[in-house]
Amino acid sequence: MTAIYSFHGGIHPEEHKTESSSSPIQTAPLPRFLILPVSQHIGAPAKPVVCVGQRVLKGERIAHADGPLSTAVHASSSGYVTAIEPHLIAHPSGLSDTCIIIETDGHDEALPASSHPNWRSYELGELLELIRDQGIAGLGGAGFPSAYKLNNDNIQTLIINGAECEPYITADDRLMRERSELLEQGIAILQHITGASEVLIAIEDNKPEAIEAVRAACEHQDWTVVTIPTKYPSGGEKQLIELLTGQQVPGGGIPADLGIVCQNVATAAAIAQAVIEGQPLISRITTLTGGCVANKGNYEVRLGTPIEYLLKHSGYSLEQSQKVIMGGPLMGFTLPSLDVPVVKTTSCILAPSKTELASEACTQACIRCGHCAEVCPASLLPQQLYWYAKSQNHEQLKAHNLADCIECGACAYVCPSALPLVQFYRAAKAEIKEKSIEQRQAEIAKNRFEARQARLERDATEREATRAARKAEAKTKAKQDSRYADETDPVQAAIERAKAKKARLQQSGEANSVSNTLEELKAKLERAKFGLEHAHASGKEEKVLTALAASVGRLESLLASEQAKQAQAQESSE
Amino acid sequence: MMLQQVSAPHLRAGQSTEEIMLRVLLALVPGIIAMAHFFGAGVFTNIIGACIAAVLCESLCLRLRDRPLLLYLKDYSAVVTAVLLALALPPYSPWWLITIGTVAAIALAKHVFGGLGSNPFNPAMVGYVVLLISFPVQMTQWTAPSSLAANPGVWDSVLAMIGSEAYDAVTMATPLDLLKQNDGFMVSALWQQYPQFGRFSGVGWEWINLAFLAGGVWLLQQKIFTWHAPVGMLAVLGLMSALFYDGGSSSSGGSPLFHWLSGATMLGAFFIVTDPVSGATSNLGRLIFGALVGLLVYCIRVWGSYPDAVAFAVLLMNFAAPFIDYYTQPKPYGYQARDADK
Amino acid sequence: MDGESLSNILWATAALLALGAGFGALLGFASVKFQTEGNPVVEQVNALLPQTQCGQCSYPGCRPYAEAIVAGEAINKCPPGGETTIHSLADLLNLEPLPLDAAHGEEQAKTVAYIREDECIGCTKCIQACPVDAILGAAKLMHTVIASECTGCDLCVEPCPVDCIDMIELPTTVQNWSWSLPNRTSLIATDKLYGDAA
Repeated sequence: MTAIYSFHGGIHPEEHKTESSSSPIQTAPLPRFLILPVSQHIGAPAKPVVCVGQRVLKGERIAHADGPLSTAVHASSSGYVTAIEPHLIAHPSGLSDTCIIIETDGHDEALPASSHPNWRSYELGELLELIRDQGIAGLGGAGFPSAYKLNNDNIQTLIINGAECEPYITADDRLMRERSELLEQGIAILQHITGASEVLIAIEDNKPEAIEAVRAACEHQDWTVVTIPTKYPSGGEKQLIELLTGQQVPGGGIPADLGIVCQNVATAAAIAQAVIEGQPLISRITTLTGGCVANKGNYEVRLGTPIEYLLKHSGYSLEQSQKVIMGGPLMGFTLPSLDVPVVKTTSCILAPSKTELASEACTQACIRCGHCAEVCPASLLPQQLYWYAKSQNHEQLKAHNLADCIECGACAYVCPSALPLVQFYRAAKAEIKEKSIEQRQAEIAKNRFEARQARLERDATEREATRAARKAEAKTKAKQDSRYADETDPVQAAIERAKAKKARLQQSGEANSVSNTLEELKAKLERAKFGLEHAHASGKEEKVLTALAASVGRLESLLASEQAKQAQAQESSE
Repeated sequence: MMLQQVSAPHLRAGQSTEEIMLRVLLALVPGIIAMAHFFGAGVFTNIIGACIAAVLCESLCLRLRDRPLLLYLKDYSAVVTAVLLALALPPYSPWWLITIGTVAAIALAKHVFGGLGSNPFNPAMVGYVVLLISFPVQMTQWTAPSSLAANPGVWDSVLAMIGSEAYDAVTMATPLDLLKQNDGFMVSALWQQYPQFGRFSGVGWEWINLAFLAGGVWLLQQKIFTWHAPVGMLAVLGLMSALFYDGGSSSSGGSPLFHWLSGATMLGAFFIVTDPVSGATSNLGRLIFGALVGLLVYCIRVWGSYPDAVAFAVLLMNFAAPFIDYYTQPKPYGYQARDADK
Repeated sequence: MDGESLSNILWATAALLALGAGFGALLGFASVKFQTEGNPVVEQVNALLPQTQCGQCSYPGCRPYAEAIVAGEAINKCPPGGETTIHSLADLLNLEPLPLDAAHGEEQAKTVAYIREDECIGCTKCIQACPVDAILGAAKLMHTVIASECTGCDLCVEPCPVDCIDMIELPTTVQNWSWSLPNRTSLIATDKLYGDAA
């Protein structure tokens, strides 16, 4: 029996688990449209690899993982891709994100699965790649890509999280009861991948049947099934680690720093399916509960199923409901609309009746009663954080370790003044993050501006330098020339030379234009005669010979007429 | 958006502020009964007068600050302040004394600083100290306990309340006064000389303190506050009196039991020092806060010029609360292990 | 004057000289060794400015404005920084925070320049105007903005001869969305909200 430690704070809210945990898992029907967001996990959104109009089969990869911190998305039934476009998704912002929308054809035709029953013979890298390509992300709620988390060779302890500490949710409970063999196989794969020597399976003591089932399934393994006391948030990764090992994950660190990795039971089962049966993550168990749901229970739901469709199927009465929560009542978020799909992190859909959960009470002033500090599992001082968040005092928020807040909501749960503390912390965290991004960008801008200024300055000095150099060069050259040309500027000299030549040409041209013409004609005639003789000698065509002869004849007659003109002119002048 | 959009958590199950305040009032009942038993109807006239003044003053302040009356009045914080102040005043106080004290507590100590939750000082104690300094004569005339002199009747207490001259009750020095004024008697001799001393401390006072202690323990059990501040205060007060109790010489300051069961010790320890608004924040901080209040109470009682000192001690420590908070910030998750390694 | 007192005087003088020389050397060494580059206050002020380099403050960049602030210029001339910057400057310099000087522009949401590439004629004028070299392109070739480096200063809009540059606001997406502080009116009730109930 492993020793159980404890963690600071925690609360004991009403559980409301029996409403949904008593009936076995049912399969939700196939909807007409499946809306599959490309970003159902933490990290880079998956990249669509199908096009509109394409027929896809159940289990076919429709978007592949983009980088190591990402995971793939698969079609959860057969049909045609009708659109790849922004669609409202389950997110507290109420914003849209890229989704692949499939119109199902009702055949539910599956891609032949490539099973790996002999997974032990595979390389570690191959298994991790398989897990990533089968779209496995943490099903507990955060949606962290499992392959990324498991890719660590410094793991001694593997913790399987079956705490399920949030009220209302029973998806993991039913899974452990009904699919303990699959879970056992999944844990075996996880142990193989991480190389952990110790495996701890933690289950809260309010799930005795699940504990029994898991114990029975894991009997032949040397793992420990630890029964932990029911207290929220014992299923928080950091709290669970402290509960089981007595160690605390260092501030700003990750469990792997202690040689520990945590995986949710549903994730372990999904890994078993993905590896052994070759079935990618296309469905999950989701708890449908709350006063507005008639058939409360757990459903095996295809990813991408619209929540409105699912709720209608389970007998949901909209009139009574004021809000629908995805996740548990303590950490879940209200849906902006029911036209959003079930995704990998949808562990629960809670449709409470109007009186079921806390009404939005009027908030009162904080009286610093300190009840929040009593229950804070991170040992923070929520009342101080509240004052500093309200006054946006980021320095003090950092000094009071706001970053270590896990947003579990225990403080707001006990607050007598009904203050929305978690929202204050989330907003303050976002502000701090935004500010640090802004600061980083300002730093980059400053550096770029300064680099540009430096470059402009350098360019200017360089230009100045070249100009100065050229001037100096010209001066020295001029000095060299002056030794030969009596200090005259070479350019000036050249211009003068050109002028002199022109003048000379003009003068002589006026006097000897006639004799020049005669000389030219004589020379041309000589060349033509020579060409004709040459052509005769080399035996050219007759045509060419005639043309050359004609040209000689023309030149001779031209020469004769010129000579006659000259003689006439001489006569008249005499 | 068709559905409501609010941040998690969607579940709340704390005691509300008014529940907390009502329980505090309930826990005061045994003490009030004990006080009324020993000092008569004047205790009730004090309480009623202070409550009326407090509610009126609170309403006026809320109106001036443009806040909704009902929402703030129903948190009962003004009533708690009024009752605490009324219990600290001598019974049969005239109406104007009560009103001045209440106005100082509600308007000056609370609303000027931004209302409930923002006041750096304990409002009831501010009201008390304002009165003690302004009207020392009226504030030190305590009626004789019923076992030593007949208490005035109901009619007399109403007369006293409206400040009529017709009322004249028998007043007596309290045991703390006697100990303070003691010149040259052994404590045991003092005990024999004055009838005001009872089994452990003053006649009546010991029972009143025990009644407040009972109410305080019930609040502890109800988890309205943590044990740190009261235990810190009582422990140090007891420790100091044990250290300086030299068998009861003339310069001695009284035994631990005497100090625990005298004056406003228990009222202070469970209803004043535990005020979360003006006290320290963390558990360790509260322990230190309470301990230093206890130290100051003893020092002022024995070496200071006032017979009782809870109000001064608490106000002085209210000054120090942010400083204590600064140095007693608990180590959050993930930093405890790391610091242990160093 | 006897020899002893003379030597005393000499010793005293020598000691003083030695001390002077020693401390002088120490100070000289310190001034070289621990010299601070530029004015540290200017650095601090510059660090608080948003570094958009937009020149709306009428100074050619954030650093010149920082220098001017240290020299006594008003701290409310930076529209991109807005109230936040004014408050942090007021804190640093121990001044009264002033409202933003409207003459220099209004606080606006962060934008990024976008070149409609079909219309770009490749004149390079925007490239020359960009204070942080965030525009890529060459003469007679289409230009484009490196969005991640753009500070949104809009200095490139004016010089464009064909008016093909738009300043567009960054859209809120699921990735960059965040919770905002709870509504003040619902937090501390006022008569306006709950007056009827009261």
